[in-house]
Amino acid sequence: MSLKSLILAASSALALTAGAAVAKDSIIVAMQLEPPHLDPTSAAAGAIDSVLYSNVFEGLTRFMGDGSVVPGLAKSWEISDDGLTYTFNLQAGVTFHDGTTLDAGDVKFSLDRARAEDSTNAQKALFADISEVTVVDPQTVKITLAEPNGSFLFNLAWGDAVIVAPESIDNIKTNPIGTGAFKFANWVQGDRIDLEKNADYWGTPAILNSATFKFISDPTAAFSSVMAEDVDAFIGFPAPENIPQFEADPRFQVLVGSTEGETILSINNKQAPFDNVLVRQAVAHAIDRQSIIDGAMFGYGTPIGSHFAPHNPAYVDLTGNSAYDPEKAKALLAEAGLADGFATTLHLPPPSYARRGGEIVAAQLAQVGIKAEIINVEWAQWLETVFRGKNFGLTIISHTEPMDIGIYARPEYYFQYDNKGFQELMADLNGTTDPDKRVTLMQQAQTILSEDYVNGYLFQLAQLSVAKAGVQGLWTNAPTQAADLTAVSWAD
Amino acid sequence: MQGLFSHWRATRTYFCYTIGNRRFFICDLTFLLRSLWTFSRRPSNVPPMIRYSLKRLLSLILSLAVASLVIFFVIEIAPGDPASFMLGINAQPDTVAALRIELGLDQSKFARYADWVGGMVQGDFGTSYTYRTPVAGMISDRLWVSLPLALYALILSTLIAFPAGIYAASRRGKTGDMAVMGATQLGVAVPNFWFAMMLVLIFAINLRWFNAGGFAGWDKGLLAGLHSLTLPAISLALPQAAILARVMRSALLDILGEDFMRTARAKGLSRRQALWRHGLRNAMIPVLTIIGLQFSFLLAGAIIIEQVFYLPGLGRLVFQAISARDLIVVESVVMLLVFAVITVNFLVDLAYAAVDPRLRNRT
Repeated sequence: MSLKSLILAASSALALTAGAAVAKDSIIVAMQLEPPHLDPTSAAAGAIDSVLYSNVFEGLTRFMGDGSVVPGLAKSWEISDDGLTYTFNLQAGVTFHDGTTLDAGDVKFSLDRARAEDSTNAQKALFADISEVTVVDPQTVKITLAEPNGSFLFNLAWGDAVIVAPESIDNIKTNPIGTGAFKFANWVQGDRIDLEKNADYWGTPAILNSATFKFISDPTAAFSSVMAEDVDAFIGFPAPENIPQFEADPRFQVLVGSTEGETILSINNKQAPFDNVLVRQAVAHAIDRQSIIDGAMFGYGTPIGSHFAPHNPAYVDLTGNSAYDPEKAKALLAEAGLADGFATTLHLPPPSYARRGGEIVAAQLAQVGIKAEIINVEWAQWLETVFRGKNFGLTIISHTEPMDIGIYARPEYYFQYDNKGFQELMADLNGTTDPDKRVTLMQQAQTILSEDYVNGYLFQLAQLSVAKAGVQGLWTNAPTQAADLTAVSWAD
Repeated sequence: MQGLFSHWRATRTYFCYTIGNRRFFICDLTFLLRSLWTFSRRPSNVPPMIRYSLKRLLSLILSLAVASLVIFFVIEIAPGDPASFMLGINAQPDTVAALRIELGLDQSKFARYADWVGGMVQGDFGTSYTYRTPVAGMISDRLWVSLPLALYALILSTLIAFPAGIYAASRRGKTGDMAVMGATQLGVAVPNFWFAMMLVLIFAINLRWFNAGGFAGWDKGLLAGLHSLTLPAISLALPQAAILARVMRSALLDILGEDFMRTARAKGLSRRQALWRHGLRNAMIPVLTIIGLQFSFLLAGAIIIEQVFYLPGLGRLVFQAISARDLIVVESVVMLLVFAVITVNFLVDLAYAAVDPRLRNRT
């Protein structure tokens, strides 16, 4: 073979593979973290939901990309007047990927399993109000609550509340069998997960024939993988500093949305001197949110003044309560008898919002005389020392669970905020089903937290995704951690 | 041999006790150690080579036992609990407790240690806390990436280092030597992940000859697999090649001053001929030693390169396992690497003794 024909052969082979790559019925989606296993009902790892939520597993209700809760496997429901009984009518003709039929028995199994004594469901509290699940007939299931719960339908939309089948539960961690528009095909651990279209899907079928999730944790590698067009989309892009480069490149589109992640400077409310509200208020006024957003997140993120997501209709802007005012902070410290400042610790877990943000926070605190010693920790250490041991002064973390203001009603929770009034308010909120009343209560709750300066409220974490220009139908926001591909397609 | 068996029968009942469900293992191991000990001390009719091998074997087993103890307890001491890590910050304490029971973390450290060691001897490395699949399978999957990558890098590094080292030695003090030395100085100083990033920038992002990372899988064919390992192998190989070239050069220069080289020259060989025929062979001993060391480094030390190229190798597995506190995976991988190094040393010891009879009578 002459050199010329060799080159010809090679280039035609290249053209062939290139042709195969642009056949627009598959997608390669990259994410930073790999799921530890594939059971969304027994781990907190958001990566599990990212791959499987809505794609493979579905619940009775589900989140849409805009955060609204709509019917999922339940096509309709009736709520009794006392708010204690929910009767769900299931979609007809739903089958699991192994061919078995979904019926009310599977719903009962899933919910009973999640709330059982030996349950390993990371969000077991979601199911705490359920007192009984009864099968009325194969298409109808009745759930009785011990107390009215205004967010029950919302709770059922979580990835931790998806419906699984007793037939396939034993192998769910490696071979997840759900009802979704995609079925699980293959997992090369450390590398990728392949999904393929479920031809027998009960609802609107997926447009793509197959999808591959790749896991690229290193920010530099993430950048290269998109730039080299190895991946079609990167959901939750880890390097905000690279975003302008993608925006300027016509090959790519950048999606900037919001998440449920309230990024806060958590304060140990039981540790002196933070048990004094004046000191917490001083911390709040010492912080310049915008410079943290600019410095740590390259401008992506929305300032918050309480523990609540700005895209929620019930949000009140309370950032004014804790506006940046170092002089006031110093005065407050003096009033608290700490005119000379004090020393404390600042534990920083690995994400860049914490590590980069922490440097800036420490510098700002130093200006009012608070010397925060930075301690970098891994997640496992953070959980052990800060979360379980409550052995910390300050820490930075993003609380990514949707609608999690209820954590402030748990006095044993790591920041140890103990306010009877707030706890009663939360109990009220749980029991209220009237939407307007709920909004009022939620706004009251936000105000209490803001005025008690429980934590330093920094910003709402942004969701940054980069995709090739032709990809359409990706979620911009992340109302729950999901990479819902059921409506994704390629533009012609 | 007869003596060995009667000795077994005598001691067997004596050393049988139960820890966990590994009763027979403990008994057999204790027995084995005792017999090896007595046997290697018996001066009489055992040939020295056998006795030497048994002694080495005994020290191999003892090293492994000590290593397993150290690895297990050092890793277990590190703060962090795999169950809390899995369940995150919204989980209730009873849920964490339930998961700890499911994972067997409620048992005592000693029972888990006995279980782990006992399982390993039978080829069972236990089940990963997070992935919930057998650790042995995970490790062997990852070895299919890490082992070829290490070999590929080693071959590349040898292919670069040998000619460079020989060339530099043969032109000692001249411009060529200076150039090679300068380049290797740079190669030793620059970290391999910097090479990796440069290679990705040039060959993946600009020229598009390679993917920026990821592993195609051997099922896509040998070429596709090698293609996806090429950039990582080059970035691993460059610093190693630089080291190896310097060792090669200095080993050759040492040899050049030896008497037998002068004899070779006196015989009428040119400087180059003498170098090739006599110098190279003799310079191979230090070079091979370095290559051996580099191989185990490449196998265990590719963690950063595997991150940069997101390869599903052993290094990435360890990295993920450490952050998830998947202790049993970390312990098993570390143990496996220790086992590999100790076994290679054992084989090298035997090879030395086979070559040099004087060594056999040393302790």
